[in-house]
Amino acid sequence: MALYDRRRRRNVMIMGLSVVATAFGATWLVAILATLLWNGVGGLSLAVFTEMTPPPGNAGGLANAIVGSLILTFFGIVIGTPIGILAGTYMAEYGRYSRITPVIRFVNDILLSAPSIVVGLFVYEIMVVRMGHFSAWAGGVALAMLVIPVVVRTTEDMLLLVANPLREAAAALGAPRWKVIAAVAYRAARAGIVTGVLLAIARITGETAPLLFTVLNNQFFSLDPNAPMANLPVTIFQFALSPYSDWQQLAWTGALIITFAVLALNVVARYLSSRGQSR
Amino acid sequence: MTDAALSPSPVAASRPPVEALAEKVTIRNLDFYYGETQALKGISLPLYDRRVTAFIGPSGCGKSTLLRVLNRMYDLYPNQRAEGEVIFDGVNILSPKQDLNLLRSKMGMVFQKPTPFPMSIYDNIAFGIQLYERVGRSELDGRVEAALTKAALWSEVRDKLRASGLSLSGGQQQRLCIARTIAVQPEVVLLDEPASALDPISTSKIEELIDELKADYTIVIVTHNMQQAARVSDRTAFMYLGELVEFDETSRMFTAPADKRTQDYITGRFG
Repeated sequence: MALYDRRRRRNVMIMGLSVVATAFGATWLVAILATLLWNGVGGLSLAVFTEMTPPPGNAGGLANAIVGSLILTFFGIVIGTPIGILAGTYMAEYGRYSRITPVIRFVNDILLSAPSIVVGLFVYEIMVVRMGHFSAWAGGVALAMLVIPVVVRTTEDMLLLVANPLREAAAALGAPRWKVIAAVAYRAARAGIVTGVLLAIARITGETAPLLFTVLNNQFFSLDPNAPMANLPVTIFQFALSPYSDWQQLAWTGALIITFAVLALNVVARYLSSRGQSR
Repeated sequence: MTDAALSPSPVAASRPPVEALAEKVTIRNLDFYYGETQALKGISLPLYDRRVTAFIGPSGCGKSTLLRVLNRMYDLYPNQRAEGEVIFDGVNILSPKQDLNLLRSKMGMVFQKPTPFPMSIYDNIAFGIQLYERVGRSELDGRVEAALTKAALWSEVRDKLRASGLSLSGGQQQRLCIARTIAVQPEVVLLDEPASALDPISTSKIEELIDELKADYTIVIVTHNMQQAARVSDRTAFMYLGELVEFDETSRMFTAPADKRTQDYITGRFG
């Protein structure tokens, strides 16, 4: 009986610690969201989405930064996703038993956790310095380098989850390898792969460091990919550090927009992956 | 369509009459290895045209391995190799020159667990047909219906061809997989314990189906169920520890087995 009581006490203790730890983590998340809402919502207006970033003391919005961020994210995804999916496909399908695959996976995991500022500096060296100026292209490449490891990892993981009998069944009909992958394996893993891409978008929308060294920022509206481009993270960075209260307000509002965009992407990704599993 | 490409031998072009037992596939001195482990030892066995041959034996005896040699499914994995000869329509399919995709389109396979593709019922069937043939819409419709009819599934799915193949019940999924296999018009159908995951009613449907299919195809079935082997097959091969112990007409094998081990197995003394 003493043993049973001791186990019960230990269970209550461990459960208590787990609950406290969970509450501790959740508190900060709630605190961050609450602060953002508290400070950001006040600045939300149509002007935020339609007007350009203003000089200090003037009215304005974040339109150029929002559009710029969308373009940069688009570049990053368009460049990074095909490379990531193809590399993940090699690792899970063609090179599954190859000795180089674990090496690639290891290197990819390093890249996955590489500080994004290092990626920014790298692209600065190979693109910005050679081209002689900051540009949206360079920013897109830097973001793509953050997209690739995320997509590689999820693509490989999702394809590895596709049961081998399914591949065998397609092969047994006489389907060539590429057809087995494209028509059957991709289809079975689709929800997971799309989720990976969404998570990659969520990852890069808030990145500031790689953009600082590559696209910089732009006070004005610009669609020229060969020139610096306005973007939300760097604008937030500049405006939040400024002494002007109207810039600080815009920074809060921008942070609110980014955070909820990322939150929405994560929710959609969660929904898609849970639906993919239930099928 | 692809007949000529697969069988350069002129003999294969003219099929012998059905009454005479023609050897569709001849297995000679087949050894198989998983890495260093030898899983099949010197198997020699004929598979007769338009007959059902059952492979029976306890778990791990190599019967599924033997089946997977016939369409070279093992080639998908590293460190698995076969030695010996498997003659199919006059050609040794173990030759490295063998086109695997063509071979597999001639040697259909149905697996233990139903494996519908994550696409519609219609596309599950159309997928295989479109791999090797260019067919128009109406002909494709016809072929899909014919395959589903032959697999005794048409009446159950005719109104929901666009529904996902995964929405069907287990027994229906397995019949869908059989329909998919025969839609490609193979010459041999390999069945790897096709009913072991199914309920008795679905099982009997599959068995009836096998009986009908043998009019057109050479059928090989791996089964753990000896009553099933007795019911559906003409010839039975009993395997034990990677060796072929006995191969005979099913009726003789189940009434008067020549080998002691066969007798022990079919009477349920081990396995």
